[in-house]
Amino acid sequence: MAAAFLGIPAPPGVGQLRGDRSFPAAARDALGDSQLRRNLGHAIGVIRTKRATAVGELDDWEQLRLAGEAIKRATMARLDDHLVRLEAEVSARGGTVHWARDANEANAIVTGLVQATGATELVKVKSMATQEIGLNAALADAGITAHETDLAELIIQLGDDVPSHILVPAIHRNRAEIRELFLREMPGVDPSLTAEPRHLAMAARAHLRRTFLRARVAVSGANFGVADTGSLVVVESEGNGRMCLTLPETLITVMGIEKVVPSWQDLEVFLQLLPRSSTGERMNPYTSTWSGVTPGDGPRAFHLVLLDNGRTAALGDAVGRDALHCIRCSACLNVCPVYERTGGHAYGSVYPGPIGAVLSPQLTGIHSGSDDNASLPYASSLCGACYDVCPVRIDIPSLLVRLRTAHVDAARDRPLPTAEALTMAAAAWVMSSPTRFAAAETASRLGRLAGRASGRLSSLPPPLSAWTSSRDAPRPPEETFRQWWSRTRGGSA
Amino acid sequence: MRIALFVTCLVDALFPRVGQATTELLERLGHEVVFPAGQTCCGQMHVNTGYAREAVELVRHHVDVFSDADVIVTPSGSCAGSVRHQHAALARDAGDDALARRAEAVAARTYELSELLVDVLGVSDVGAYYPHRVTYHPTCHSLRVLRVGDRPLRLLRQVAGMTLVELPEAETCCGFGGTFAVKNAPTSTAMLADKMRHVLGTGAEVATAGDASCLMHIGGGLTRLRAATRTVHLAEILASTQSSV
Repeated sequence: MAAAFLGIPAPPGVGQLRGDRSFPAAARDALGDSQLRRNLGHAIGVIRTKRATAVGELDDWEQLRLAGEAIKRATMARLDDHLVRLEAEVSARGGTVHWARDANEANAIVTGLVQATGATELVKVKSMATQEIGLNAALADAGITAHETDLAELIIQLGDDVPSHILVPAIHRNRAEIRELFLREMPGVDPSLTAEPRHLAMAARAHLRRTFLRARVAVSGANFGVADTGSLVVVESEGNGRMCLTLPETLITVMGIEKVVPSWQDLEVFLQLLPRSSTGERMNPYTSTWSGVTPGDGPRAFHLVLLDNGRTAALGDAVGRDALHCIRCSACLNVCPVYERTGGHAYGSVYPGPIGAVLSPQLTGIHSGSDDNASLPYASSLCGACYDVCPVRIDIPSLLVRLRTAHVDAARDRPLPTAEALTMAAAAWVMSSPTRFAAAETASRLGRLAGRASGRLSSLPPPLSAWTSSRDAPRPPEETFRQWWSRTRGGSA
Repeated sequence: MRIALFVTCLVDALFPRVGQATTELLERLGHEVVFPAGQTCCGQMHVNTGYAREAVELVRHHVDVFSDADVIVTPSGSCAGSVRHQHAALARDAGDDALARRAEAVAARTYELSELLVDVLGVSDVGAYYPHRVTYHPTCHSLRVLRVGDRPLRLLRQVAGMTLVELPEAETCCGFGGTFAVKNAPTSTAMLADKMRHVLGTGAEVATAGDASCLMHIGGGLTRLRAATRTVHLAEILASTQSSV
């Protein structure tokens, strides 16, 4: 990792970027939940197929991906310029821009803005950034009630749950579970509610309409911010977001600083890449854009909170910064064989799956030994399926390896090396010499005596017991390849 | 053609039959196989577990051993992937540009077995005979790092006597992932369980692949289940002939 200090990590104790357990510990519980695995497996299978079909329709998909990657790379290289330009353009159109160094600052800014309106409740359009900083909890501490209006976020909020997917936050719930939740938690719900998706949506609609018409303040995230015109863009599927963005008097948008794009031409590329990658649709159903405030139309006050929260620190790493290119489509989650089996909660962060495993540790830093995000870069078999589907070509497997290296290198400064570090050092020493390697092979074959005659070992000591808990290990053969070569081909070995 | 065999540490120590089969196959096709005796390991396990510093020394050793070879073959998509996509970058990160350039030269001459056969030697029918019902698992690194595509299948389709059956969800990882299989054993095992379900569903007697490591994982699960399906490396199938069966 780059040694230069270019930013501060996201602070602990606020928001949702860290779990309270390591990934392997959390994953173990999730794997035991057969209902969760069934819900996830079904929903993800559907999305995966839809995406493949939508992407397969375009013969210039690879060029689009290359364009998306190039735009993101160029934008990040001059992020400061674009942000200052965005600020100027938003301000020129009657909006107010606030800069938030971290989650605590952002929460304080939004809370102060809501308090200034005198409102004690607000509506929210689905937003990853406000989940990341734990805005709802901060507002609640100040006596302000935040109502989530995205159907899935509403399900999460009613169930006092946390999102498990970037695009489909309640993907871990099936419709029977949602029906029970609505009957239990939704005020005034029809007691004859069925688990039909249409009935569930109508119940949510009736519940939300009252809230929309009452609310004077709304909080949103942003998918993109166009620097040229100071325009914000929210992409959603339900129309509830548009209600939030247009009905209330005051609109507060929290946007990560990496979401800026220079121009509308750049935006055009992402508006093609995003819907096909995320929902598997050719075009997004509700794309709302606004620039500052317009008299007599929509909110009378607009505030943009630009959030750092570890992003500048991530930008300081020449390779790791690619994780900031993410447009939150969640295609990588949907193809990930690890995510499909553990679900999103095991990652402990609002950003789960492959992109979460590279983004969360970079936002929080992984150098602290007690920080559980250190286990996230290892939560992958490096199968590479994520890289293949990423619409902006983030090489997630390489980033995972880089973060593992950073984690291992940080531990080298400790007075006592870990058992793994000693094993790896010993293995490298053995394997950098053919003589030592051949000797080690001979030694391991002595271990054959310990095994049963079947040619398979069913029990090995730790840490290899983690292998033999579910898999046999091969018994070393009578003769290594190099011995066979020497015997049959006569060369020295 | 004179072909240098990079047998891989795993095959050398645990699955020598794969190296023998690769040798016999190439010799049968009329080529000379040499085994640079100094070879050890490409360092992939070190790199992928975060031990880049240790891996650089293994890269240096590998490059020294193979720098004279004209063509290098390895019966592993994963190790070929490490040589081609990790070695030079590791050297460069370590500040050794000279090693990086030498690593690039070795990488450019390194082929996974199916690539060598189809692209360099221009054969798809290697004259093999293998009278079994077989299903093929495309390993992740051969598929998504090397992009071998359908080369292994093109080779398998020409094998006489063999029934090749399609593996459902073939392109999904088996859950091996090197040290992932140990660090995240329950998740790895859940992935393996689904892979085995699909393999067993084909009714194949043999599951094959181009990587001994993935086969060690799938095979380790299958023998634990006392399943009838066994794992056999692609090289072993291609080396089989009427007289050897």
